[in-house]
Amino acid sequence: MAQDRPTAPELLDAISGFLRSEALPALEGIDARLAFQVKVALNSLAILGREWQRGPRADAEELQRLKALLGRDGDLPTLNAELCRQLRAGERDERDAALMDHLRATIAEKIAIANPRWR
Amino acid sequence: MDGARDGDARRELVQGLTKACSRHFGRAVRIDGLFRHSGGASRQTWGFDAIFDDGSVEKLVLRRDPPRAADAPPQSLENSLAIDRATEFAVMRAAGLHGVPAPQMLFIAQPGDGVGDGYVMRSVGGTAIARELLRAPRFEQARGKITTQLGTILATLHSVPLAALPKLRVGTAESVIATMRRALDVTGEPHPVFELALSWLERRMPPAPAAPGFVHGDFRTGNYLVDESGVTAILDWEIAHLGDPLEDLGWLCVKSWRFGAIDRPAGGFGSREELWDAYEAAGGARVDRDHARWWEILGTARWGVICMTQAWKHLSGAEESMELASIGRRAVETEFDLLELLG
Repeated sequence: MAQDRPTAPELLDAISGFLRSEALPALEGIDARLAFQVKVALNSLAILGREWQRGPRADAEELQRLKALLGRDGDLPTLNAELCRQLRAGERDERDAALMDHLRATIAEKIAIANPRWR
Repeated sequence: MDGARDGDARRELVQGLTKACSRHFGRAVRIDGLFRHSGGASRQTWGFDAIFDDGSVEKLVLRRDPPRAADAPPQSLENSLAIDRATEFAVMRAAGLHGVPAPQMLFIAQPGDGVGDGYVMRSVGGTAIARELLRAPRFEQARGKITTQLGTILATLHSVPLAALPKLRVGTAESVIATMRRALDVTGEPHPVFELALSWLERRMPPAPAAPGFVHGDFRTGNYLVDESGVTAILDWEIAHLGDPLEDLGWLCVKSWRFGAIDRPAGGFGSREELWDAYEAAGGARVDRDHARWWEILGTARWGVICMTQAWKHLSGAEESMELASIGRRAVETEFDLLELLG
């Protein structure tokens, strides 16, 4: 059953708004450490907002690519563990173009969620 | 942490510092202005004033691991590489005597002081906050000097005679890679980019130096103090070890420490060449460019794995901390950088 509004992103926005315009100004100049922690919290809430929007699709696409790359079925943790095993064993390396395309696409989505300003 | 417990802990800390400082200075001391520096969840840094009967004041700093509860979970893998506070005290004192800018070390706290495992040093002027150093107008002059200063300081640091230092673990390139793989296995979260990078690094491993040298281990922007005249003190010696001195030159250039100034690899202030030239000019060994780059790439992967292990401290229940948890989401920054470096 669908939840009532606010939706998850709306609720995240409301919490962020409170922290940014009420909690943070009250702490700045009073307790630098706590003010810093509030900024960390704000940053994490922004990540959750982006993850809500893009996460499910990013995961589904990563899974499709992994199945094609490894030529087998499975879930994300299993297939990623198998890819890691192959990489550690030296069965694949950076000369594998399909591997590198997959990793670039995966990391592009991860960074778009975790820190879109990173370059 | 709940407020009441926080207040009790603070009173206990003031009592402990009063006792320890009175003993060290050999006269009555009052402690005032105690504040905790931001950053460092498990290892705490506190600033305070020691005030004497005649009104004179010493600005001091306590660095400590807080007293641990008897039922606390064991330390994490990454912590097992860190030296204890008494060893850190001895390392910093030796480095300072040899000419490395470091705080003046005063004394190691005794178990009966109740301040935990820690030491007290004199406060040094300057800030370590990277964004300020990289952008504030008052550091304009300093910014032009920092790369050369850091290269010169590293040459001095690497020439500290091993006989002057306490016993330190040896950390080779091989052992760093093994430790990182172990950390990946402990967290159990598969990270193909880190596996790719570690195998890449393993195939290109530089030869070990003829004899292991003294390595700071965490020589980067954020871990040294700067005032308007430039670098005033090197901090955060807890990963000091013996190994390949190029590790420090590589680590300083990891993109994560440029804080946005990505076109200035040397800590966000200058080029690699400026850093290497200053290092060689100050008596450091000739820098093999490829090997320094190898250590920079290793450092990039290492910071990514540290991000995961920091989050793991929270996730495993060893240390409840939102700040540690959030660092887990920074690992991907280094995955992004590694794909650029390897591809």
